[in-house]
Amino acid sequence: MKNLKFIAMFLFLGLVITSCSDDDDNIPEEVNEEEVITTMTVTLTPAGGGDEITLQTRDLDGDGPNAPEVTVSGPLAANATYNGSIVLLNETESPAENITEEVEEEDEEHQFFYTVSNGLNVTVEYANFDDDGNELGTEFTLTTGAASSGNLTFTLRHDLTKPNGGDLSAAGGETDISATFNVSVE
Amino acid sequence: MRFYAFFVLLLCSIPSISQNCDNQLRGRVLDLHDETPLAGATLIISETGKAVQTNLEGEYSFNGLCDAIYSIQVSHPLCLTRGFQIKISGNTERDFRLEHHLEELNQVILEGKAFQNKTESIDEIRISNEELDRYSSGSLGDALNSISGVSSLNTGNTVVKPLINGLHSSRVVIINNGVRMEDQEWGAEHAPNIDINAVGSISLVKGAGALKYSGDAVGGVIITESQKVPLKDTLYGQTRLTAASNGRGTAVTSELTRAYQNGWYTGLQGTVKRFGDYEAPDYILSNTGNFERNFSFRFGLNNVDSGFEAYYSLFKNEIGILRASHLGGAQDQVNAINSDRPLIVRDFTYSIDAPKQDVTHHLARIEGFKKFQGLGKLKLRYDFQRNNRLEFDIRRGDDADKASLDLELDTHSLAIDLESELYPDLNLDAGILGSYQNNFADPNTGVRRLIPDYEKYSLGFYTTASYQLFPDFLVEAGGRYDYTYMDVFKFYRKSFWESKNYDEIYPEIVIEETNNQVLTNPQPEFHNLSATAGFRYEFRGDYSLFFNYSLASRAPNPSELYSEGLHHSASRIELGNLGFKSEVSHKIGATLKRQTSGGFNFSVYPYVNTINDFIIIEPTGVQQTIRGNFQVWEYRQTNAQLLGVDLDANFQVMRNLSFNHQFSLVKGYDRTKDEPLINIPAANTTNGLVYQDADLKNLRLGLQSEYVFAQNEYPDNNFEVFIPETGTSEIVDVSTPPGAYHLLHLNSSIELPLNNSKLSVGFSINNLLDTSYRNYLNRLRYYADDLGRNFLLNLKLNY
Repeated sequence: MKNLKFIAMFLFLGLVITSCSDDDDNIPEEVNEEEVITTMTVTLTPAGGGDEITLQTRDLDGDGPNAPEVTVSGPLAANATYNGSIVLLNETESPAENITEEVEEEDEEHQFFYTVSNGLNVTVEYANFDDDGNELGTEFTLTTGAASSGNLTFTLRHDLTKPNGGDLSAAGGETDISATFNVSVE
Repeated sequence: MRFYAFFVLLLCSIPSISQNCDNQLRGRVLDLHDETPLAGATLIISETGKAVQTNLEGEYSFNGLCDAIYSIQVSHPLCLTRGFQIKISGNTERDFRLEHHLEELNQVILEGKAFQNKTESIDEIRISNEELDRYSSGSLGDALNSISGVSSLNTGNTVVKPLINGLHSSRVVIINNGVRMEDQEWGAEHAPNIDINAVGSISLVKGAGALKYSGDAVGGVIITESQKVPLKDTLYGQTRLTAASNGRGTAVTSELTRAYQNGWYTGLQGTVKRFGDYEAPDYILSNTGNFERNFSFRFGLNNVDSGFEAYYSLFKNEIGILRASHLGGAQDQVNAINSDRPLIVRDFTYSIDAPKQDVTHHLARIEGFKKFQGLGKLKLRYDFQRNNRLEFDIRRGDDADKASLDLELDTHSLAIDLESELYPDLNLDAGILGSYQNNFADPNTGVRRLIPDYEKYSLGFYTTASYQLFPDFLVEAGGRYDYTYMDVFKFYRKSFWESKNYDEIYPEIVIEETNNQVLTNPQPEFHNLSATAGFRYEFRGDYSLFFNYSLASRAPNPSELYSEGLHHSASRIELGNLGFKSEVSHKIGATLKRQTSGGFNFSVYPYVNTINDFIIIEPTGVQQTIRGNFQVWEYRQTNAQLLGVDLDANFQVMRNLSFNHQFSLVKGYDRTKDEPLINIPAANTTNGLVYQDADLKNLRLGLQSEYVFAQNEYPDNNFEVFIPETGTSEIVDVSTPPGAYHLLHLNSSIELPLNNSKLSVGFSINNLLDTSYRNYLNRLRYYADDLGRNFLLNLKLNY
């Protein structure tokens, strides 16, 4: 009886070994990051008419080694008012997914911040708000002063403290986007 | 116990000189484990047939004995009967110790060598069942932490990964009831998937000497074993309840065992632990609760010369990860590190939200053995493990409730071991082990795979021998060979593939190129050799000297080979390297030990571990992404060396009062770059006073002091990040270790007999002074303090 048990176990061994050796290559399916924001395009439309200015940052490999490509289409006019809007895309998917819609749906959990470096004569005001009446900022108004140049940084945070008076350092939360553009007012 | 047996042997070997038949033998019969006198025990001298019983004080005496060796059988209604050999020379005093409680049957069989030494030339450390009881509401890592030279790499206080002599993760092998745990142990934030309450005893081998189990344990081997079942008709069980103030939770565990004289047995065990948010002295650690549910079942037949056991266990644990540790990049990291308090502190809750881990581990094993006359004991084992690991991050939109990581790791293995008895003084063991592993990363997460899909085949064989050269001198040697083949399907980002020149180095492994990714099929093979040699010398009765050299080879794990992308929980980009080869460690260690009953005991263990092609991960730069900057950490191979010493001492101050001391020091260096290694535990010392009174319901009072020094040797991995608010760059200090700290712990217990059963009540306070501290080896140390004061109430009922 006991010997039988051992023979059975050895047979089982053979079974395991042969079942391991069937090598059907199951090629896994590709995964494209669903939540990556690859592209942010800021469009500045002069309130008084004229050429649109676009600021864009685009990083098609996401967390990959390539740095984002940052482009600014041209200088801003002095003493002018622009209507700004922001579009976020995930271009690793085809067709590209519009992430701005998600941000606007979850507006209470998101907010854009605009940081203007010293010396740049620009002020930015929020133009859209969440359901609680707090700042959201996918749309904004930008007003330029005298000729100058400097950095304009856009930061998108989620899970942050609201209201925060547009103060990034008081907002907490987690950063989704942090993009700095070198702009000039002429 | 080994020493004890040796001592008995030593006594027996003294030849009798004169024949005097007027001697008295007297002494007491005691409970082995708490020294309680056992009344009504029967002692029979088999040579004369004379029998006596012990009185209420547990005392006995025999008169009219000659100077000779006698065999004495000692029995007691509540104990297993045992035989002793005793050498009478003049009037002799001798105490006998019996195992009194059924739960500790373990220990009885231990003396019968059911628990074998895993190595002979390394001093193994064993945590007994009684000590394990105190960690009932904690984890395996917490219990191991009580051993000198073992610390832990923590993620909060619920993910506790053992670190042996400065090494962890893939370098520490855990053998659970004979089965090598395959539970994604490569990850620094992946804790062992073992229920501490299902463990009967833990043995620790510091180093790779236990070749029977593995050849790649560069750090060490942890072996957990179930309680042994006695060969008699019995039904017994135990229920333990622990309630803790910190985390406001409870742990309940219960087990029941039925055994028959004819060798059949069956056992059932289960645990439920539920804790809410834990608390630091000054705030709640939001989202740190855990919910653990475990179950195990076994049945088997033990016919002494043959037998089998079938075992199944399920481990399921849901663990919240501190909410404030989830970050969106280097700027958030600056804010989090610069803040004294976690940036997110909410009200206490039992609910566990993202970020969290949800792991399930199934283990099934069937094992049989048969003893063949003249050959030895042959064992055959098959086991299957399925590990499913889900990790949830904070996500947006439709993906909010989806796991970011979903890995399923299946492992089958088959082993044959022979413990030979071909030669009387030579223990020759040999075995073969084959295993097949399949890792599947679910693509539905919508996040690129952290670990690729792969299949792994491995085959190993070993032989070890130990030889008693002289009565007090034993030599040991062993060798092992392991072959590993992996068949991997890995998608690389095209930009990464090209930036590393992989397109020129490995063009042959590319299967197809898509829009922005490259699918590859690496098939690495590893041939690993490992070996051990050493001796054990026993001298002056109670001293022993162990010396061991171990060679271990470890194949790189999938994370080291194939990582490529953002590791969310670490807020950094991690990159592996396709070209890695096995790392090879040479560890030399020696133990000098004195073990007596009472008095002064000590053990000192210095060691040097030199590791070639040691795989480490270290920062190599900063990468810009649309989310801001992330630090890039890349794996690299280097030559490393770890040096250290572990010290244990115990002094019996008075009959009921003992003092114990532990000290561990380890230093780790990268010898190629000539700098310290990261995450090396700081020197630490533990000192305790224990009062134990067997006459007072076995009252035990303990006060323990734990002092951890600041780590003064660490690599500088700081980096700069641009802060738009200020328009300046700021240094992110991720390197500087936290300061030294001192904690006091108090514990007490008392045993109350009930009819036919026993109730133990324990009460303890951890972190008595509610000290705020941070530990260098806690991955969340940047964001929050460690646990504050914790009151624990422990009830244990044996029946």
